[in-house]
Amino acid sequence: MSARELPAIGQHPLLAEPVRVARRAAAAYLPAFLLLVMLVGLWEVAVRALDIRPYILPAPSRVWTAFMDTRAVLPEHTWTTLQEALLGITIGAAVGVFLAAIIASITLVRRVLYPLLIVSQTIPMIVLAPLLVIWFGLGMTPKVIIVALIAFFPVVVSTSDALLRADRDLIALVHSMGANRLQTLWHVLIPSAIPSFFAGLKIASAYAIAGAVIAEWVGASSGLGIYINRSSAAYRTDQIFVAIVIIAVLSMALFAAVHLLSRWAAPWMHLKDGGNS
Amino acid sequence: MRASTVVRTMTGIQVEGLSLSFPGRPPLRVLEDIDLDVPGGSFVSIVGPSGCGKSTLLRVLAGLLVPNKGTAQASGEDTCGRAGHTAYMPQRDLLLPWKKALNNAVLGAEIAGVSKHEARERALSLFDQFGLAGFEQAWPSQLSGGMRQRLALLRTFLLPMEVLLLDEPFGALDAITRRGMHQWLQEVWQRDQRTVLFVTHDVEEALLLSDVVYVMSARPGRLIERVDVRFPRPRGLEVVSDAEFVDMKARLLAALDRAMGNVPD
Ligand SMILES: Nc1ncnc2c1ncn2[C@@H]1O[C@H](COP(=O)(O)OP(=O)(O)OP(=O)(O)O)[C@@H](O)[C@H]1O
Ligand SMILES: [Mg+2]
Repeated sequence: MSARELPAIGQHPLLAEPVRVARRAAAAYLPAFLLLVMLVGLWEVAVRALDIRPYILPAPSRVWTAFMDTRAVLPEHTWTTLQEALLGITIGAAVGVFLAAIIASITLVRRVLYPLLIVSQTIPMIVLAPLLVIWFGLGMTPKVIIVALIAFFPVVVSTSDALLRADRDLIALVHSMGANRLQTLWHVLIPSAIPSFFAGLKIASAYAIAGAVIAEWVGASSGLGIYINRSSAAYRTDQIFVAIVIIAVLSMALFAAVHLLSRWAAPWMHLKDGGNS
Repeated sequence: MRASTVVRTMTGIQVEGLSLSFPGRPPLRVLEDIDLDVPGGSFVSIVGPSGCGKSTLLRVLAGLLVPNKGTAQASGEDTCGRAGHTAYMPQRDLLLPWKKALNNAVLGAEIAGVSKHEARERALSLFDQFGLAGFEQAWPSQLSGGMRQRLALLRTFLLPMEVLLLDEPFGALDAITRRGMHQWLQEVWQRDQRTVLFVTHDVEEALLLSDVVYVMSARPGRLIERVDVRFPRPRGLEVVSDAEFVDMKARLLAALDRAMGNVPD
């Protein structure tokens, strides 16, 4: 029962924890990074050795050149897509939490709404995107709607599930203390749902950027989707690869951001990695 | 010594003709015709075989279960289906995993409307007595089973209710820590003289702490034996070897034997 059991408690200023996490993450992802470098190298060698046409498969060096050539317009396209994705995922998450709350608290709503939610996910976005352009024009609105539609689903499912599965004994305990509904929500239900909410949000964040790009592809004045559209019309496969890389990097960054947010919001879920080393 | 001479406003626990079965085919008869009077300010224990309905009785008094028949009152309030009148410590040490130890300790007080600052002050002074000093900011998952149980007990004590319902509060403690907690519990209880209904498997523990010990029979649970314990307090270890103590212990064990005798399955 000595103080040594708990070296981390109370000693860390606010920033030490994220820095520590980032350093550990860097070490953990080093092998993945090395593998990526190897694959890119292999790709370069293979394209040169087999003399593959650039419009079929450009070598990484050619993709890099395309990136340098178009780097003046890329920030604007990227920013548009990122904005749509962030806005969409925020709205999607908010709607998701709201729906999860009423699904978990009213059985009738659950019975009526749940099948509809699943139906909403069976409509291919590529069908929905042109419709939304017809209804809302070429601006950001239809893209944000698409992203929100993609993002809300995993959030509703995981959050409502967690609310319904909250520990009955804990609810009974606070009830025995005289807790009202609001206090039960605050002390038990919300904290039990936080980890699952973030699990849903992580899935959403992995799809959000790609969702925005698909929506733009149908029609937009700015964004990575329209950049891909134009590049493909001009057979600039190298530029398409530039966009693919940017989409991958943005998605990973978004995913990592959600992950860090979840660590901050649910610190009790992440104790193991701190104590073992 | 005993506080029975002190004028109190405490009304204790009154249970009359209480029966409870859980629905099913056939229904599971758990409690049958329980009559129990715990005078205000007294310490009463219930011992009984596993599964006989001890926790169920406490849950009725905590307002979490509604009996099929009979009445249950705690500190003058009807508790059947109405929670918030008793300080209940469940058998499972239910700590909220998302609150650090100190915040878990003040949870009940907070819900009951005691000022958080005041509750924290009191909790902090108790952490030392409970052997939890230095762990105020630990997460529950970083505590040992015994520490978790002591924290749950501490939280129960901080609730501002007259009646305490303690369901095997020392079940996860080793013999030595347990003994320390017995001494501590006697002191605290003598100081604020709240009504305690205590469930345990340990006959010696029951005799050491209680004014009255009841034995509950196997399902359906009935109170089949009552032993009044009149040793002066505080009771040290020496009381355990007292002839009268040994006698009472034998009576309780015999009653427990009888209680086990009619296990249906
Ligand atoms: N919610 C419930 N639904 C159905 N049956 C239940 C429920 N809770 C308890 N029981 C049953 O009621 C009986 C009594 O349970 P209880 O928890 O009161 O026993 P106990 O005397 O506290 O036992 P132990 O000493 O092992 O804690 C058991 O047979 C149990 O299976
Ligand atoms: Mg029990």
